[in-house]
Amino acid sequence: MTTVFGVPLPAILGQLMLGLVNGSFYALLSLGLAVIFGLLGVVNFAHGAFYMLGAFAAYIGLASFGINYWWALLLAPLTVGLLGIIIERLFLRHLYQVEPVYGLLLTFGIALIAEGVMRSQFGASGKSYPVPPLLQGGFNLGFMVLPIYRAWVILASVTVCVVTWFLIERTRLGSRLRAATENAKLVQAFGINVPLLVMCTYGAGVALAALAGVLAAPVVQVSPLMGSSLVIVVFAVVVIGGMGSIVGAIVSGLFLGLIEGLTKVIYPEASNIVVFVIMAVVLIARPAGLFGKEQ
Amino acid sequence: MTRKSTIVVLGALLGLCAAKLASAAADQVVIGDIDDMSGVYADVMGQAGVDVINMAISDFGGTVLGKKITVLSVDHQNKPDIGASKFREWADQNGLTVVLGGSNTGVSIAMSKVAAAKKIPFIAIGAGGASLTGADCTPYTIHYAYDTTALGNGTASAIIKEGGKTWFFITADYAFGTQLQDAATKVVLANGGKVLGAVRAPLGTTDYSSFLLQAQASGAQVLGLANAGTDFSNSLKAANEFGITRTMKPAALLAFLTDIHAATLQTAQGLYLTTGFYWDLNDQTRAFGKRFFAKVNRMPTMDQGAVYSATIQYLNAVKAVGSTDSDKVMAQLKKTKINDFFAKDGYIREDGLMVHTMYVMKVKTPAESKYPWDYYKVVKVMTGEEADGAQPDPTCPMIKK
Repeated sequence: MTTVFGVPLPAILGQLMLGLVNGSFYALLSLGLAVIFGLLGVVNFAHGAFYMLGAFAAYIGLASFGINYWWALLLAPLTVGLLGIIIERLFLRHLYQVEPVYGLLLTFGIALIAEGVMRSQFGASGKSYPVPPLLQGGFNLGFMVLPIYRAWVILASVTVCVVTWFLIERTRLGSRLRAATENAKLVQAFGINVPLLVMCTYGAGVALAALAGVLAAPVVQVSPLMGSSLVIVVFAVVVIGGMGSIVGAIVSGLFLGLIEGLTKVIYPEASNIVVFVIMAVVLIARPAGLFGKEQ
Repeated sequence: MTRKSTIVVLGALLGLCAAKLASAAADQVVIGDIDDMSGVYADVMGQAGVDVINMAISDFGGTVLGKKITVLSVDHQNKPDIGASKFREWADQNGLTVVLGGSNTGVSIAMSKVAAAKKIPFIAIGAGGASLTGADCTPYTIHYAYDTTALGNGTASAIIKEGGKTWFFITADYAFGTQLQDAATKVVLANGGKVLGAVRAPLGTTDYSSFLLQAQASGAQVLGLANAGTDFSNSLKAANEFGITRTMKPAALLAFLTDIHAATLQTAQGLYLTTGFYWDLNDQTRAFGKRFFAKVNRMPTMDQGAVYSATIQYLNAVKAVGSTDSDKVMAQLKKTKINDFFAKDGYIREDGLMVHTMYVMKVKTPAESKYPWDYYKVVKVMTGEEADGAQPDPTCPMIKK
């Protein structure tokens, strides 16, 4: 059997496959975070909480209202996005002119509240969310069985990432948004409703997190704690990609998922920290991130 | 006397009075429940465990030695330092007389050290680590519901006898996981099997896919899951998803009723597990189950049954010796035979382990399950001696050789 670094090839390929799945989650989540930070300047610590709320929205939808997975993919992001819009309108809006650390504290507090409320309602054990019937089963790739659902996750995440990138970089709406972040007053002078744009952008970023939550629900158990451990890694991914860069977030997310998967076979003890080690190296060598622009 | 010496004498007298006050309160039973109320083990014991303690107290009569019984509870969040410091704080400031619960082996080991230092009985319920009555034993620790030795002897034996000779472990990376893996390994090797490898996953891991791929790559016949709570149900779910269960037999080395409920019968059917208690065993257990269900809206786990039993046993012991003095109560407990809805033919061994009948269960298929929470069928009844051995653990420093 061929070995790479002393590990059999099938094992490496299997882990790379899994790394791609994880990378898709990282990409989707860091995309939302990068959109919010790059375009609004808000460090959204509540991102993990919105991811969790998206998963719970899917769970509650199924358990209490019989809303199936496919509708949940649409409705959960809309619902949680709406919640995001309300939060932006009521709280975040007042913090744009002060130091960014206040926005950080507010979103951190929101995360804690969301987690605490869900935990007291649902307990910490985690709720089971079934894989939709259409996506059950697996592809036998020879070196491993890849569950169809995980292949779907990769497909869905990459598609959403590409569509979002296209919206921001290649459409008029996107150009207005990018202009508004560079010079809000001037854009407003042109008659574009900047506060509305900003509010909807925050909602969209939050909706992306919620979508990632719905995608994750059948993979990991839906638990109030699911967001808090993931959000730290996602922040590291965004920093590596470059805080304001959309492309950077997507590419780094996928790339780091692969690196993590590889580390898990070669030196498993380091798999938890490899992302942070890379972040430290990138910050020393290229402080603006791999794709970021120097300010 | 000079002014200064007057003050010193008065101060000393006051100090003595305070000491006297503290000991006067010692005849009042103060029960502490330090447990995981919000993390991976929260549904196994958790807040419902506190409700059960209160249930037991009101069944007992609400008072003992003429004084009201107080219950304190706190969430240790699976952190040993929180568990130990709360134990100490209650001992110093609240007249604590006994601690029940614990769930997490690492936290329970830390708490047992405080129990020994403060000389306060600690009835460990929920933690599995056999070292609590082995290398970490103390004169004040009682290990009540089950331990990793019984789990290995029950579940691992059943699986090996069915033909599962080669094993690969996915182990929770802390004291409980490693002790459970060791217990199962002992049984595997004693029965002519082999352990092909093991991988450690941090407590609270949600994505087991990469660990499972490693397990599959090893080619072992049995997937030994040396973890519990949500770790267990997550790893089982993933094993199913990745088709691992088609080629490897999963071994649920520790599974509670709530884990099977979370994983669903569809996923968990056919699993072997070892437990000290099941709500549907007989009329007595069913009666307790119904009362618990009325309060909490689910059926009790082994730990929740255990904490009721332990509370009653403790209160009986206090009543029998006429005080809350730790040494007298511990001696009384170690003399008493335990026969209630929770434990059959139970007694507390010299090293602190509560030895009692254990059951090896097989999880029913969805077709076999006739009503909600009808999850297990009994495959083997092990006497306490079969499960844990008749002799005390030789690694326990208290045992004279």
